[in-house]
Amino acid sequence: MSTADAVTGYSVAASAVSLNGLRKMYGDVVAVANVDLEVRAGEIHALLGENGAGKTTLMRLLYGLAKPDAGSISIDGAPVSITSPKIARAAGIGMVTQHFSLVKTMTVTENLALQDAGFFSLDLAGARRKLLTLCEEIGLEIDPDARIDSLPVAMQQRVEILKALAGGCKVLILDEPTAVLGPQDVDSLLDVIRRLRDTIGLSVILITHKMHEISQVADRVSVLRRGEIVATENASGMSIASLTALMVEGVQQEIIETGERSSQGTSVLAIKDLTVHLRGHDVISELSLEVRRGEIVGIAGVSGNGQSELVQALSGVFVHQTGEIHVDGKLVKGGSPSAFAEAGFGRLGEDRHASAVSALTVEENLILDRLHFFSKPGILLKRKIRKFAEESITNFAIKAKPDQAIGTLSGGNMQKVLLARLFGERPLAAVVSQPTRGLDVVSTRYVRQLLMVERNTGVGILLVSEDLDEILELSDRILVIFKGKIIGEVARKDFDRIAIGAMMAGV
Amino acid sequence: MIETLIGIIGATLRISTPLVFASLGEVITERAGMLNLSIEGTMYTGAFVGITVAAQTGSLTTGLIAAIIAGAIVGCIMGFLVITLGVNQHVAGLGLTLLLISASNTANRILFTNKDGMVRVDPWKPFDFAGPIFSQYWLTYAAFLILAPALWWLLWRSGIGIRIRAVGENPESADVAGISVARTRYFALALGGALMAAGGAFITLAFLGSFTINIINGRGWVAIALVIFGRWGIWRTVSGALLFALVSATQQQLRLVPALSDLPFEILLALPYLAVIAGLAITGRNVPYPGAYLKPYRRL
Repeated sequence: MSTADAVTGYSVAASAVSLNGLRKMYGDVVAVANVDLEVRAGEIHALLGENGAGKTTLMRLLYGLAKPDAGSISIDGAPVSITSPKIARAAGIGMVTQHFSLVKTMTVTENLALQDAGFFSLDLAGARRKLLTLCEEIGLEIDPDARIDSLPVAMQQRVEILKALAGGCKVLILDEPTAVLGPQDVDSLLDVIRRLRDTIGLSVILITHKMHEISQVADRVSVLRRGEIVATENASGMSIASLTALMVEGVQQEIIETGERSSQGTSVLAIKDLTVHLRGHDVISELSLEVRRGEIVGIAGVSGNGQSELVQALSGVFVHQTGEIHVDGKLVKGGSPSAFAEAGFGRLGEDRHASAVSALTVEENLILDRLHFFSKPGILLKRKIRKFAEESITNFAIKAKPDQAIGTLSGGNMQKVLLARLFGERPLAAVVSQPTRGLDVVSTRYVRQLLMVERNTGVGILLVSEDLDEILELSDRILVIFKGKIIGEVARKDFDRIAIGAMMAGV
Repeated sequence: MIETLIGIIGATLRISTPLVFASLGEVITERAGMLNLSIEGTMYTGAFVGITVAAQTGSLTTGLIAAIIAGAIVGCIMGFLVITLGVNQHVAGLGLTLLLISASNTANRILFTNKDGMVRVDPWKPFDFAGPIFSQYWLTYAAFLILAPALWWLLWRSGIGIRIRAVGENPESADVAGISVARTRYFALALGGALMAAGGAFITLAFLGSFTINIINGRGWVAIALVIFGRWGIWRTVSGALLFALVSATQQQLRLVPALSDLPFEILLALPYLAVIAGLAITGRNVPYPGAYLKPYRRL
């Protein structure tokens, strides 16, 4: 206890980790800008921010997975240079990401013993003892002899936590730990986190964008916005409304205005009572929506609330999928991707690397989903393909040659090829998912303008994006998705960032 | 009748010995996430190096040790190709097998056939114990009583064993846990290669006392199937080797049955291989391959 504490009578806990002026650039994008952050010993410190606010980058810096461009890290008051996860662990920092690093075919005990196995020596009994002691201390129950792949995800997550603790971890980073959990498991995880603090005095950094988790467990909360810490406060004094405001406030929104915004056209895409059953529960339940001719409907939501599944359901890939999908008033039967294409429906997937065949050329990728149009039985019509490719390259300002492998293109150009493929077919309606993820400013701008142009020619577009700014900028209407349901609709004249943010959080 | 049966059991143990060595070597390799198709060539190399060194030095033991070292070296060459260079495992393994068989045959021709036509040694004799079942070679005893339990311990109870399983199942996790994926895989290939070569050397140093072309005769490929049949477990793989050997020994006896004398002997000869196919068809579906099987590991 310092002298200051003795004078005031307060007991201010010592600092477990302090980040001083940390900075990280990726290219000319600032991911983390001069962050100062102090995590006290034995506190649960929530790190709140939107997607892309820099939370994960910041923690990667602390865990040695990325190298800071400037700034320093101190642990227990002493500066440490953390250049690898190994050094981070030796310094007492543990991290549990959403992708577990457990060997699935091994038992819990074996996964723990793996960390300190010698050449021949393997202390299974010791690892088992350590595990049981830890479990008793924290009040957890886990079968040390269970194989990892026989455990539910929530249990595997606990094994990850125990593994970090067995490795001597004093500060535990949990990267969106509740994203992989079902609702009933969330509460018990939060309870475990609380017990870790109370029983063994662990410091926990909880990365999240869910407001209610903060009010439930956090002692203090820091809000990250565009790579900067905009506030660090005691969690008890913060309301959900004020946190939301801090998180989204003042983030610029530059509206592109192109053409009249009217939503009076005929319905080109109608989804009725769509339900998708996956991994034991309904990821989408009885979802209905409509997109009319010449409008962009934005789907806003915190990631993992069914957006990806909604996009995939629009090519009918799920086995356990019920409900009707109508394109241009006609029911799409058969539920195969080609049935959707024939109905006049196009699709831009969220992962362009999965949508493009990287070894094929630009022109081959352009015609891949309608080979019948560019071939006579068995023979590709080379001249017709080349002509179409050259037109697409000009129309969509793609910086590539027709016979260049698409894998060699930049993200922006690859996305333009995929958009050229999508809109070159003159669809009536389309779903576009994460159209600008990972693109630079110029390409982002181009892609957004392109979507507006297509809208103005009458295409009905369903826009799914994790970037709320993008949705606000482009949409005529916004539908908010939460736990696989549409829980609200906002017309353009009523767009309000903070109100929509609160809806996304399920408030 | 009883005597025939006892004879079959005795022959089963003898025939299974090289398969036990080779298939357990393959188990270790595949547990680390690599299919080692150089197995046939490695056994060939073990058979040739073993008898050559034994003939030159006059010591069968020296021959066996040389074969084991040669096998470990072949394992390291395989490692250089698939771990360091990241070559496709099928191509590297098959290529090595073709190379090693041809190299052994060529060396055999240059070294020996100009002199007395064939390299010969006075091979190990089986112990003369109570009856044909127990009158086995010392290497047979070693395979069942020492090697199999030792490898079981190594795989399931030792530090290197858990590392082998970790790099074969989830190399990313192993890497994060501070385990060198490359070194562990090299070790598995070297150990596996040594065992395969020992299996080959058993044939020249104990079984035959001579080296001929086509001496391994597909035993390496059988071992690959046995590993899948054995689901990468020590005991199940040993059981598979015994089962294959039992069918082999039985068909040898069937050839002596007068009632079957009109049957082309090739049909009986094919029996054990048909048994392997049948065994795999029954048990080989939905088998839990090691998670990183055939996947080279590269840090992102």
